[in-house]
Amino acid sequence: MSDLQAPTSAATPPSADPPTDAPDTAAHGQLRLVLARFVRHRMAMTSLAVFVLTVLFAFAGPLLWAWDHTVHREILPNQPPSWDHPFGTTNAGHDVLGQLMRGTQQTIKVALTVSVLATAFGAVWGAVAGYYRGWVDAVMMRTVDVLMVVPLLVAVAAIGGNVRGGTTWWVVALIIALFSWTTIARVVRGVVLSLREQEFVEAARAAGASDARIILRHLLPNAAGPVIVAATLLIATAILLEASMSFLGFGIQAPDISLGLMIDNARTAAFTRPWLFYPPGLFIVLICLTINFIGDGLRDALDPRQTMVRR
Amino acid sequence: MLVYTVRRLLGTIPLLLAASLLTFLLVDLSGDPLADLKVQQPPVPAEVIEAEEERLYLDRSLPERYVLWLTGIGGDGDIGLLRGEFGPSVRGPDYDIGQALADRLGTTLRLVAAALLLALGLAILTGVVSAVRQYSAIDYTLTFVGFLALAMPTFWLGALVKEAGVWANQQTGYTLFYTVGATSADTRGFTAWQLFTDHLGHLVLPTLTLMLTGYAAWSRYQRTSMLEVLNSDYVRLARAKGLPNRVVLRRHALRTALIPLTTVAAVTVAGTVDGVILIETVFQWRGLGDFFVESIKRSDAYALMGWLMLSGTAVILANLIADLLYGVLDPRIRHE
Repeated sequence: MSDLQAPTSAATPPSADPPTDAPDTAAHGQLRLVLARFVRHRMAMTSLAVFVLTVLFAFAGPLLWAWDHTVHREILPNQPPSWDHPFGTTNAGHDVLGQLMRGTQQTIKVALTVSVLATAFGAVWGAVAGYYRGWVDAVMMRTVDVLMVVPLLVAVAAIGGNVRGGTTWWVVALIIALFSWTTIARVVRGVVLSLREQEFVEAARAAGASDARIILRHLLPNAAGPVIVAATLLIATAILLEASMSFLGFGIQAPDISLGLMIDNARTAAFTRPWLFYPPGLFIVLICLTINFIGDGLRDALDPRQTMVRR
Repeated sequence: MLVYTVRRLLGTIPLLLAASLLTFLLVDLSGDPLADLKVQQPPVPAEVIEAEEERLYLDRSLPERYVLWLTGIGGDGDIGLLRGEFGPSVRGPDYDIGQALADRLGTTLRLVAAALLLALGLAILTGVVSAVRQYSAIDYTLTFVGFLALAMPTFWLGALVKEAGVWANQQTGYTLFYTVGATSADTRGFTAWQLFTDHLGHLVLPTLTLMLTGYAAWSRYQRTSMLEVLNSDYVRLARAKGLPNRVVLRRHALRTALIPLTTVAAVTVAGTVDGVILIETVFQWRGLGDFFVESIKRSDAYALMGWLMLSGTAVILANLIADLLYGVLDPRIRHE
């Protein structure tokens, strides 16, 4: 709306910020509707609660719990769960609960970073390709096609295994993000291709809005629904990828710990020392499961059409 | 159709070329194959390192190396993808990467094919059952199983299944399950039948685990596509004609509902390549997945590049076949 007023008042540059009252209430109404639909989704709400608890466990837990994830000489090695160590201890003298907290923390840190980085980059990439079409689109999307030819784990393991001097959590996150933005780019391009033909884009262009402004202020906000869903599901992908990398030995390295590394350390312990084997795996399953359910709930809330196969 | 096929086949050439460039840069820029040799204690003489650099063509510039790796022009005859040579290995002058890849290909293909087929069959079955009995207890159960499969780390489940096999063997005192390797350690003197059952026996547990990757994606998809078809007008017409339910489902609904699955089937191939690396590590198979992990650990650059090209080609081929199959299955799609 605001861009339409720009040409009439020649003194104000077309990129001046819009008056905030009218569009804002509309946005709030939309948001409230989406929120209401999400809250009604019982599975998604339960999952959100469980996920928040997991995050608290991972980030607040280490502040409250007596042991961290490193070796302590006071810890009796190789003990089954007890009151002092509710998840038992390892051969080397780690407290498994302390390891779990740290491992979950690293895993969540990696996954969220990947999701933010890959979504930001992928969304801009896809929007630019979809907005300009023609040869720009062709070159950009062929690049995506080529990147998708390399299986994700193969790519991240090949790089992760080659990085010298140990991979910390943010290196792992960077490597995963480098290859996982392609799905987001495809989603956004698809949405932008149809959005760019609509009147509000034409209106913005007529008002003299620059391409960058149209993409950032008009197209991307309107593509938010599918992007949020894809970004949520990307968290689950990133968690499984990080775990797989660490399991193969190309991800987070000892003395730091991640859930995948814990599984690697306890590979043969399922029946002999089950307290080492089950918790990290179950935590991965739990986090991914809740993330997928949240993503499902978001999809239903943001785009009710998609799930409406006539009941 | 023929024209379209030829055009698509030609279209894979630039894609393969771009993939080769990406592969080369990915591996070449991410590490130095001789990094271990250079920091070795006691130090390796400079002449040895220089000789290795020359043997591995590391003394040349990056663009030179790429052209050399791709075409083999100006090399010593041991390099050049287009000539079928994968390049020298850091493992030694006698190590033939192409031979190693070929030796391991069969093992891995066996596992992948078994897992994909099983996953496809099971996914179609459960997808259809879920759709036909929508919102029943069995639908909810299968949906939850699907979500669980999607959230399951393959390698964790693999380790669990393997240990369960070991445990069962210990409890009964018999070898009920094979848990290590693709074949028994010593197969000399086996008859053809014994060899076959031995291979099959070793396949059981890894296949069951690897199957999960494909199953998770496909079963949900099959349910959605079957639901869409079941709610369409022509199925309603078939029912209105008084056709038996069995005929409606099998002849009318399922045939159409299978078409969309062909497109996702190809995408899942990439996921299965990832899965096979993890599963081979867990069950100690000496296949391509194991070769990949070993090549990374040894920084064997040319072996890695060869491996990536092989998996990339597999993914491109799978997509191509899916596209062509789609045209055959869906008569509405015309390629002029």
